[in-house]
Amino acid sequence: MSKASQNETWIILGATSSMARAFARDVAARGATLLVCGRDMDDLASTAQDCLARGAKMAEPCAFDARDTSSFAPIIERATSEDGVINCAVFVGSMPTQDAIDAEPDLINGTVQDNFTGPATFLQMLAPELESRGSGTVVGVGSVAGDRGRIGNYVYGSAKSGFATYLSGLRNRLTRAGGHVVTVKPGFVDTAMTWDVEGMFLVAAPEKVASDIMKAVTKKKNVIYTPFFWRYIMLIIRHIPEFIFKKMSI
Amino acid sequence: MSWKTVDTTGWGRAHCTSGEVARPERALQLKRLLATAPVPAFGMRRSYGDAALTSDARSLDMTRLDRVLSFDDTSGVVHVEAGLPIGDLGRMFAAKGWIPPVMPGTGFATIGGCIANDVHGKNHHVVGSFGQHVTEITLIQGDKTRVITPKDAGIFQATVGGLGQTGVIASAKIQMAPCKGDLMVLTERRIDNLDEFFVAFDDSSADYTVGWIDATAKGANLGRGVLEESEITSGVNPGSGKSKSVPFNAPRWALSAPIVRLFNEMYFRRVPASGRTSVKPITDPFFPLDAIHNWNRLYGKNGFNQFQCVVPLEATNCLRIMLERISASGLASPLAVLKKMGAGRAGYMSFPMEGYTLAVDFPNRGSAEYLVRELTDLAREAGGRIYFAKDGLAQAKQIAGMYPEQKAWQQEVAKADPERAMETDLVRRLQLRGAPAAPKFPETSLSAKDQGESA
Repeated sequence: MSKASQNETWIILGATSSMARAFARDVAARGATLLVCGRDMDDLASTAQDCLARGAKMAEPCAFDARDTSSFAPIIERATSEDGVINCAVFVGSMPTQDAIDAEPDLINGTVQDNFTGPATFLQMLAPELESRGSGTVVGVGSVAGDRGRIGNYVYGSAKSGFATYLSGLRNRLTRAGGHVVTVKPGFVDTAMTWDVEGMFLVAAPEKVASDIMKAVTKKKNVIYTPFFWRYIMLIIRHIPEFIFKKMSI
Repeated sequence: MSWKTVDTTGWGRAHCTSGEVARPERALQLKRLLATAPVPAFGMRRSYGDAALTSDARSLDMTRLDRVLSFDDTSGVVHVEAGLPIGDLGRMFAAKGWIPPVMPGTGFATIGGCIANDVHGKNHHVVGSFGQHVTEITLIQGDKTRVITPKDAGIFQATVGGLGQTGVIASAKIQMAPCKGDLMVLTERRIDNLDEFFVAFDDSSADYTVGWIDATAKGANLGRGVLEESEITSGVNPGSGKSKSVPFNAPRWALSAPIVRLFNEMYFRRVPASGRTSVKPITDPFFPLDAIHNWNRLYGKNGFNQFQCVVPLEATNCLRIMLERISASGLASPLAVLKKMGAGRAGYMSFPMEGYTLAVDFPNRGSAEYLVRELTDLAREAGGRIYFAKDGLAQAKQIAGMYPEQKAWQQEVAKADPERAMETDLVRRLQLRGAPAAPKFPETSLSAKDQGESA
């Protein structure tokens, strides 16, 4: 892993997920400073220690709850106390089953907060700092589920779709200030979220997704699918005419 | 936390099973799962037979609990979660000047597995077994979490080498060893026969020694091979880090007798008659096979069994008989290893004892099964024992008396897990905890065996 060319700080939101953990390890190996953010503070403390052992300059656990905007400012303050480049990677998300949502429609609010409005609010608060420093990369993890609404999980999909549109706008804004935004659309990844989901295929390891993300950050890619072939799978799915798609269950 | 039905196999792939598995990613999830119902845990399943398999019960996949929890750079004590592969630990700390004092033949083995099998390395004659460097174990027994150290006589010895029967190892502290650098100087020389091997082991002063044996050689060449001696040194690691993978199951003829004989002849001749010395990245001599992912596919879809025993130093004749039987059978694979072990061991059921250990792979075919059972009997009659991490074929009656401290272990395990919730396929097949009390698993040893054969 290449060493960071200058001081860099990475805010990792949703750092208790396996994808975020794998990415944090890659970031740690670059000798960066890490703020690992989430709800389970004991777990985050373990991840922070692990990052230190893997080469991080510094690693700290921070309390973050996507549904509690008051948890956002302390993290941003903590990050801005560091010199150099500030980056942020968003791995936050939740995926109640469509059946659960059908039974309890109120679950939509939490789903949208976790996958879209929570992280978007955080990034909105962070954006001015990145602009004033004239640098910084934002990584937003969406999902291929956001590319088209399907009967199986359209609430989750629409939240991820909203987040992807937000990231597109944020990229438009930060680019002119010297910043960059990478939208990541993973296919099926072997995480706790998908452990008992049936019908999974071509499942990728979180480490593979993390290394794809790091490559995309280094090469300043805009939108990546990971593993790469999901770009073509989704290309086909997006182009199925609606009059056919509406009768399909994929 | 959810369960799903997963098909699992041992590394030899001769045993396979299906059962419900949960894979906790956080310490809290692990505690909650075990508080509801204690179940056995497994890591990377690098045990060859059925030590890591549980056929008719739930089990936990520990591989996502793989973090370093703390490191004290003055004492060199590292606290890690049980699912961390030992090779990762080695790579992480070599640059900081520390190394796991004991490393088994594969870096993919997890710390939990290294403890539960009290593994040994090529330096066993110098530093002893892995468990001797474990300073603390966090053990989860149902809804109780216990922190045990070597001072907790009984439970500690029952846990180290204890095949997971005392509870789930959640994390452990390891005393790392200072390390001169991240390179190995490897010296290889040809050994012409078994007697020469015994002399070579006695004469060797290297920290790490292991002998590769041509198990197809007969007559005057019986027991010929290559002695590898290595020492750690400093320098700049030229490591390429590239790994290869075996993409599919090899056909049956790939390891047929003539091909193995040819391969072994070439492997023997590869080392010049005068010997040679080379410098390698530290992981190469430790984990020679890890460079090829899924090398177990070389044995084809039926898989393989490994036989590993240790016999007392004076039982050299037993080794000779074993090698004669193996070479006469025409079943041996290129993977055969001989090593002189020291006396170091940390648990009641730890494998190591002072003597010579022989390990040979056999493709999973009917005749190999009889050969392995015969070798197992030979080992027992010579006062030796077999290694549970490798075994998939022995029968309960064959191992009687091999482990003199088995009674003490059984008593501790009965206290720790009175309901026998932690029993794995291996423990049942070999009735390690005694014959099943009630007709709860009436045909355990039979069914486990059948599975091995039919798989």
